Amino acid sequence: MIGRRRFTRDRHGLYRTGLTEAERQLLKVVPEQIKGLLDSRDPSTKRVFPVAYPGDGEAEKEYREMMGEHLLARHQHAFDVLVATVDSPSVDDDEIHQWLDALEVLRLILGTQLDVSEDPLVFDEGDDRAPQFALYSYLSMLQGEIIDSLASALPARGSAPGDE
Amino acid sequence: MADARHGLRTLLAMESASCQLVARGSGPITAPTEVDKPSSGEDVRTDRPWLVIVWNDPINLMSYVTYVFQKLFGYSREKATKLMLDVHHKGRAVVNSGPRERAELDVVRLHEHGLWATLEQAS
Repeated sequence: MIGRRRFTRDRHGLYRTGLTEAERQLLKVVPEQIKGLLDSRDPSTKRVFPVAYPGDGEAEKEYREMMGEHLLARHQHAFDVLVATVDSPSVDDDEIHQWLDALEVLRLILGTQLDVSEDPLVFDEGDDRAPQFALYSYLSMLQGEIIDSLASALPARGSAPGDE
Repeated sequence: MADARHGLRTLLAMESASCQLVARGSGPITAPTEVDKPSSGEDVRTDRPWLVIVWNDPINLMSYVTYVFQKLFGYSREKATKLMLDVHHKGRAVVNSGPRERAELDVVRLHEHGLWATLEQAS
């Protein structure tokens, strides 16, 4: 299975999802497990609700009041779409972006739990975090593959004013 | 600040709707916030611009950050990659600047994509 591309964009703009049955099962189970952490704003979700105004407590408070529910609802929706479409042979552009969001949020939460840093993680034999790290690595790889597939559809040149 | 908040709420609702449209299109992805609403109640004297800053974090993939910059700001792959590398190597980078309401909306969209972004007024 080395070199298998999981996501291929067809000429209709749909993304074929070449996942194994085991992968599809995993992607159904993991969001359900992590969902509760999101809903309860567990400390491991701190990266999902970042600070916007580090120097202004009042502005930050207003921002959080306005944004908290919005962010939560967006990510919950992404989880729902992932679980609902993971068995489909292909997904459309909106759905693949929901997958991307769901994977991002799962990685932010799992990565926080694992205390991921720039340095490579090292586990002693028998460390019970090893399976969680394996999951995190797998989700990272999957996210990378989606990005490769999406990025190839983006123009290399920008559309921002003054862009080269 | 009530007017600015009202403006942001409206922009958020419109962004949500326009994102649906952008996502379904087959053309190049452009930043959806091209609506210029009059800044009712906002100080129109020469305000210092607000800077949108993205901070490095060890979790986000470099390819993902680059993609988000292209998608949200319409930057070329080259510019988006350069900005991502600035974030990665320097710890932070200014990715956009403008009036406060626009900068705040940029921060919202970056947060939606899982990036750590903050805004502050230029000194």
